[in-house]
Amino acid sequence: MWGKLTWEAIPLHEPIVMVTSAVVALAITGTLVWVYLKGHFPYIWKEWLSSVDHKRIGVMYIVLALVMLLRGFADAIMMRAQQSVALHSAGFLPPEHYNQIFSAHGTIMIFFVAMPFVIGLMNFAVPLQLGARDVAFPVLNSVSFWLTATGALLVNISLFIGEFARTGWLPYPPLSELAYSPGVGVDYYLWALQISGVGTLLTGVNFVTTVLKVRAPGMNYLRMPIFCWTTLASNLLIVAAFPILTATLAMLLLDRYLGFHFFTNEAGGNPMMFMNLIWAWGHPEVYILMLPAFGIFSEVFATFSGKPLFGYRSMVAATMAICILSFMVWLHHFFTMGAGADVNAIFGIATMIIAVPTGVKIYNWLFTMYGGRIVFATPLLWAIGFVVTFIIGGITGVLLAVPPADFVLHNSLFLVAHFHNVIIGGVVFGLFAGYEYWFPKAFGFRLHEGLGKAAFWFWIVGFYVAFMPLYALGLMGMTRRMQHYDIDAWQPWLLVAAGGAVLIGVGVALQVVQLVWSIRHREQLRDVTGDPWNGRTLEWMTASPPPMFNYAVLPDVEGEEAYWMRKQSAIERQALRPEPEYVDIHMPRNSAAGFICAFFSTIMGFALIWHIWWLVIAGFVGAWAVVVVAAWRDEPESVIPAATLAEVDRANRAARAAALPTLKPAL
Amino acid sequence: MALVGGHAHAAALTEEPAHGPSKRIVVGYGFWIFLISDIILFAALFATYAVLTDATAGGPSGRDLFELETVAVETACLLLSTVFCGFAGIGAQARKSGLYYGSMAATFVLGATFVAIELHEFAGMINAGAGPSRSAFLSGFFALIGCHGLHVSAGLLWLLTMMAQVYAKGYRADIMRRLLCFALFWHTLDIIWVALFSLVYLVGVAR
Repeated sequence: MWGKLTWEAIPLHEPIVMVTSAVVALAITGTLVWVYLKGHFPYIWKEWLSSVDHKRIGVMYIVLALVMLLRGFADAIMMRAQQSVALHSAGFLPPEHYNQIFSAHGTIMIFFVAMPFVIGLMNFAVPLQLGARDVAFPVLNSVSFWLTATGALLVNISLFIGEFARTGWLPYPPLSELAYSPGVGVDYYLWALQISGVGTLLTGVNFVTTVLKVRAPGMNYLRMPIFCWTTLASNLLIVAAFPILTATLAMLLLDRYLGFHFFTNEAGGNPMMFMNLIWAWGHPEVYILMLPAFGIFSEVFATFSGKPLFGYRSMVAATMAICILSFMVWLHHFFTMGAGADVNAIFGIATMIIAVPTGVKIYNWLFTMYGGRIVFATPLLWAIGFVVTFIIGGITGVLLAVPPADFVLHNSLFLVAHFHNVIIGGVVFGLFAGYEYWFPKAFGFRLHEGLGKAAFWFWIVGFYVAFMPLYALGLMGMTRRMQHYDIDAWQPWLLVAAGGAVLIGVGVALQVVQLVWSIRHREQLRDVTGDPWNGRTLEWMTASPPPMFNYAVLPDVEGEEAYWMRKQSAIERQALRPEPEYVDIHMPRNSAAGFICAFFSTIMGFALIWHIWWLVIAGFVGAWAVVVVAAWRDEPESVIPAATLAEVDRANRAARAAALPTLKPAL
Repeated sequence: MALVGGHAHAAALTEEPAHGPSKRIVVGYGFWIFLISDIILFAALFATYAVLTDATAGGPSGRDLFELETVAVETACLLLSTVFCGFAGIGAQARKSGLYYGSMAATFVLGATFVAIELHEFAGMINAGAGPSRSAFLSGFFALIGCHGLHVSAGLLWLLTMMAQVYAKGYRADIMRRLLCFALFWHTLDIIWVALFSLVYLVGVAR
């Protein structure tokens, strides 16, 4: 009746897990009770859970990412603590638990922190920047989000029911095969990623279509903000790469569930094929995360330097070059596999070539700042911190791209230091810059600057203290994922690294404080005009927070930096443009399809993990029924009358007209 | 596309954006992007099959197993179903319900026959000890062909849903867009099958 699921699946003998479970259960119950007592459920359902508004969905993605960041960071702290004490001893985490922690840390940070954060910012900003009212397929967008949330939920359920994978963030066979990982850990990993992967793929389809087909009048390709370009590149990569992940994980599932022999050691199976397939997705994935961050930095550098982005067209070209090159380097993840000197050399050189367009970008950002009227706001601090940190990460990357050097450094902490250097220093800093930058647009008030800057300094100092020692440890021969070790010389470096993790922890705490403080003092931090940073792109043309329909009248785009041009002519004439003519518009209605579909998907995923076949069928039928019912709707859209548009727009125009005399003309 | 019948909501459904491409273009375009991703999924399975094609582990190879006569019948079914799928589209465009329902039904019957023959072929192989667990080659074969078969099965489910939708709601603009997507899906499965037929069965027998 319940497949492999028994009471044994609850890890009662592991105090750390049980205490965590109790705290999480209490927190969730407490939140639900509080929401119920306050009577917020109808609001949350109508305005958020069933919303198909790209801005709301974007915010929900980011909330998911931030919550999961706390989970992933807790894993990181435990690993640093374990390695600090595990010299000549077993430490406080048993090996099977430690292995789950590093696997969960990587899986969560990549798939349920970085991905939803990136997709959340794209959701929030891209339709606004394009001058559109929503993405191409709003209901599909909601489905994508909820499927991602399903994946995150399944990973977290594994903490309390059963176990998580012990195979690392990419489940390399034959270790991940049934013979060596007979538990449900790998199955949790696989089904969580398959379900959230469908969501990500649909996001890719949605955003490629949005950028290519849904833009304001006059917004031709070479007038799009760079963030839209990098979003296009990133989503093209999603469309091209995620099906490979789906196919690869499906093969591993077939091996585990139906006795196939894709990657096993028997009957002709070929584990090395898994490495090739997974990295054919995995390397583009790096750029799926990195390119949007590059886009955010481009917006931030231009805005806070008071200048147009230097070399806009070369930036577009570099973005698309990276997009294509990212598919040609996957083999550098396993130079040691033995493909031979010629193959390794070709992939090594291809890898180094990526440094060329990336270098173009770095210089463009520096020249954007050169001669600008620079405002050292928090987003710009993250951006400058990124340039410095990312260059170091890039250099160690080029070093690893040299096959002979890679043979020495492969699988060592040098590698771990390298990819944290680019992912934290590149992606995470970019996401935080975007979070600070677009927060006032999303909520109508800024985040507290002082706390934001303090958080930045703790983060960047903490980052260097935590990860520079890992380079040294890698060169000293320490391999990754060690539960304990016997080399005395390593311990001081590991203690320093743990200190760095604590500093980052202070940074994280300051970010939480910043958010709470800013919400409580939001009237002080209010943005009335909708343009708190003296912005250049279209999203700053509408109110903060933007109305559900984004623009009362679709903007006419007459050149690059559409909003900046308008603003300059308004400053010159000391008057806004004449009031436009408002006409009725149609907007999509809310849809519960995404939420309910994800509910059934969660049930189906859980049942698949535990081999509860009747429940699998029930979950599938439920999900299909939701799709059919959603397709049966007669009124997917509702009308917003011209009078409502006029009312909202006039209020914003009045605020902008009042602020006009205070604006300075461009340099 | 004008709609007969004067419900207030009907206008909203067919409302086209004031600016930019029509909804039909946007939906069709998005679906093409999805189909590209689906083709890449098959490409990954194709590549795997190609790598594993000699990994028979002492078991049967394609030459021992494939029966071209059966596969030819399968192919005929699928190609014919595509022709009828095209007729169904014409029927819907011309609002000729007889043509629409008749052609959709024919598409269904031919598609279901295809799936049935495939399942029969699979059952035969498994009973003969040549199931997917026998060798990596057979794992690759069953996954590749089975993935296509699953797509056709999902298409059949979609086909029935589209017949029911037209029956319940008529040739509404949004339903016509879905029919367009369904037709694109069905034709794509055909194209993939041509590749499967050539590269798996024909090459497999010739090796």
